Amino acid sequence: MASLPPIDLPSNATGLDEGPALFEYLLRLGDDSLILGQRLGEWCGHAPSVEVDLSLANIALDLIGQATHFLGRAGEVEGKGRDGDALAFRRDVLDYRNCWLVEQPNGDFGRTMARQFLFSTWQKLLFRDLLGSKDELIAGVAEKAVKEVTYHQELASEWVIRLGDGTEESRRRIEDGLAWHWRFVPELFEMDDLAAFMAERGIGVDLAALRADYDAQIAAVLAEATLQPPPDQRPILGGRRGHHSEHLGHLLAVMQFLPRTYPDSAW
Amino acid sequence: MVASARLDESAPIWAVLADVADPEIPVVSVVELGIVRSAGPERVVITPTYTGCPATQVIERDIRDALDSAGYREVRIETALSPAWTTDWITPEGRAKLRAYGIAPPTRSAVECPQCGSADTEEISRFGSTPCKALWRCRSCAEPFDLFKCH
Repeated sequence: MASLPPIDLPSNATGLDEGPALFEYLLRLGDDSLILGQRLGEWCGHAPSVEVDLSLANIALDLIGQATHFLGRAGEVEGKGRDGDALAFRRDVLDYRNCWLVEQPNGDFGRTMARQFLFSTWQKLLFRDLLGSKDELIAGVAEKAVKEVTYHQELASEWVIRLGDGTEESRRRIEDGLAWHWRFVPELFEMDDLAAFMAERGIGVDLAALRADYDAQIAAVLAEATLQPPPDQRPILGGRRGHHSEHLGHLLAVMQFLPRTYPDSAW
Repeated sequence: MVASARLDESAPIWAVLADVADPEIPVVSVVELGIVRSAGPERVVITPTYTGCPATQVIERDIRDALDSAGYREVRIETALSPAWTTDWITPEGRAKLRAYGIAPPTRSAVECPQCGSADTEEISRFGSTPCKALWRCRSCAEPFDLFKCH
């Protein structure tokens, strides 16, 4: 799939220290969960049925719960007095470290489910391996969340199958959704200097090693959905280093407006 | 001797916790849900049910209030993520109370309708009104009901 050269930023890795590297790594984990949680929250009250509305809101809650843990720990590691809320609500778009996949707009229901399917299948494999992380918090969150993400993956897979093997229109929509997101998949497995550094220290995992399981699981669901994998696309990388699509800034504008306008408000 | 003295000290704290209701399912206490992992004169250790459960913060606050009112201001509350909470930690009393409240308790065998007891039931949605519950329906009495998910 990655036969075309990716669009990417130059790597600016200098000497890595464990503290700052762990901070960056926790941002990657936390920002993926936070941004996708916020995206799914946009469906609240708009989903095709009340059951789907509840499903998407519950997945969003799980993801935001993960983000609370990861970003809280990131703030501790950084040691500059920022807590999880400060990192979520007072950080600008170039400081976000999430992957491109999670910041993509919801589109229609097919596109949202395609994104969820591609992400949750990856996140479940990621958390499965993070169970062995030497960082106690990362291992603890993974232990808890792997069970929840199993639900996310099952729900998304069932919808991919239902839409793909459904009507002409539902099939077209899930095909379009998968095709839209396909170029963002390689980024999930990218082992840049920081990811390799954390994996070597037993804190992170070898993302590239997850690829075979991922491809097999995706292929099995697509086959059941009577769908073909989308054609090869030029991968887009760089989210882990602060390079994002224009969509993320708009998402943050909505998410951060209230806490930035009324700092430290409580109710 | 030392051990029994410690036991005596923790018993009244357990009694305080036994009166703290879960904010979303108020018929069961935090002890019956298995959220409290240990309790003693120095600390109470709790574990969240679901990563994103909004009740987690409320539970911690309710426990704090209950300890304070009972005169245990010096007892700290700590959160442990590992081992992860599981529905296996819900006590038999807790399960009975859930059923009486209309929520089918978590099960690895056939799901029984909490209204009529029939096992002729089906899932409507795996995601229910809260993260811990799924939406089911009974084909015998036609009533919908919540199932506490096995987790």
